[in-house]
Amino acid sequence: MIDSFLQQTSYFALAFSFAVYYAALSLQKRCRVAALKPLLNPLLITVLLTIALLLATNTSYETFQAGASHLSYLLTPTTVCLAVPLYEKIGYLKKMPVAILVGILSGVLASALSILGMSLLFGLTSQQYITLLPKSVTMAIGMDLSSELGGLSSITVAAITVTGLFGNLVASYVFKLFRITHPVAKGLACGTASHAMGTARAAELGKTEEAMSGLAIAVAGLMTVLAATLFSYIPV
Amino acid sequence: MKVIKPLAIIFFVSFLGEALHVLLPFLPVPASIYGLVIMLAGLLSGVIKLETVKTTASWLIAFMPLMFIGPSVQLMVSLRGQGSFIPAFIVISIVSTVVVMAVTGLVCQALIRKKGEHTHD
Repeated sequence: MIDSFLQQTSYFALAFSFAVYYAALSLQKRCRVAALKPLLNPLLITVLLTIALLLATNTSYETFQAGASHLSYLLTPTTVCLAVPLYEKIGYLKKMPVAILVGILSGVLASALSILGMSLLFGLTSQQYITLLPKSVTMAIGMDLSSELGGLSSITVAAITVTGLFGNLVASYVFKLFRITHPVAKGLACGTASHAMGTARAAELGKTEEAMSGLAIAVAGLMTVLAATLFSYIPV
Repeated sequence: MKVIKPLAIIFFVSFLGEALHVLLPFLPVPASIYGLVIMLAGLLSGVIKLETVKTTASWLIAFMPLMFIGPSVQLMVSLRGQGSFIPAFIVISIVSTVVVMAVTGLVCQALIRKKGEHTHD
């Protein structure tokens, strides 16, 4: 009954998404326990609450998507806009091009190789393997890349979220464990491994870390388009 | 705040990206990536001015996470029949994140130290 009612409206998805997202964002800002902050990720909370609501009211995904798709429609122009922050940070790239480009490239290859190795280990299907390949990059690139290569893009989006959250949580421990101390190295590591959620962590470490992480998101994203495409040809 | 000109540029570049995607069907490059590269080339060459697109671009990027709600909610449909995949999904996501972070940081740091390049915070 609720399903047929909502089918006759077109702004339910937007109204609900923005309201819950805003509430979660305020909650995250007010949270004083540092360890809890990444878990209060507004996207994560909005998605979980939306799924819970749809299941509880027996509303189909299609009904929700009919409204939410208007928002996803803006993804392509917004991804195009990611060129702007990249352009603003390109000065760093000119200062130490080799360390930055080779650093990011090695991370991109490490991602593809570790996913390949573990996919073989777990006996995943080739579609599941391809679905995970773009998991370290920003959603705008990862989601499109996954469907382009024949993966399940909504599962890729979930893997990207898990990757971002986990990277945000463990960055400091990883840097301590592997004795990574240089601010440029830390920033690149955050952005290459955990996209925007890693950048949020990098921003807490310092200005250089934040800028390098932002640069890494775009550069790693572009490199992953090539790397994931090549790796998708490897039979699993 | 000027909106028409920046949006005209952004939508036109998005369309160019889509056009390339349609014209080059053998390349698995998403339309948005062609667009990103075209926009970057435009900025680098000076054809597109940073000041023209900057405000509108940051405005769009600011609510980008909300654009992923629809695709993420789709998980409730796409995970059906994928139950056995979930443990592998979680392990792979977590392990490879640490691997990528460590490798990127270590390689970059080693290269910086080798060349004696230094930055100041």
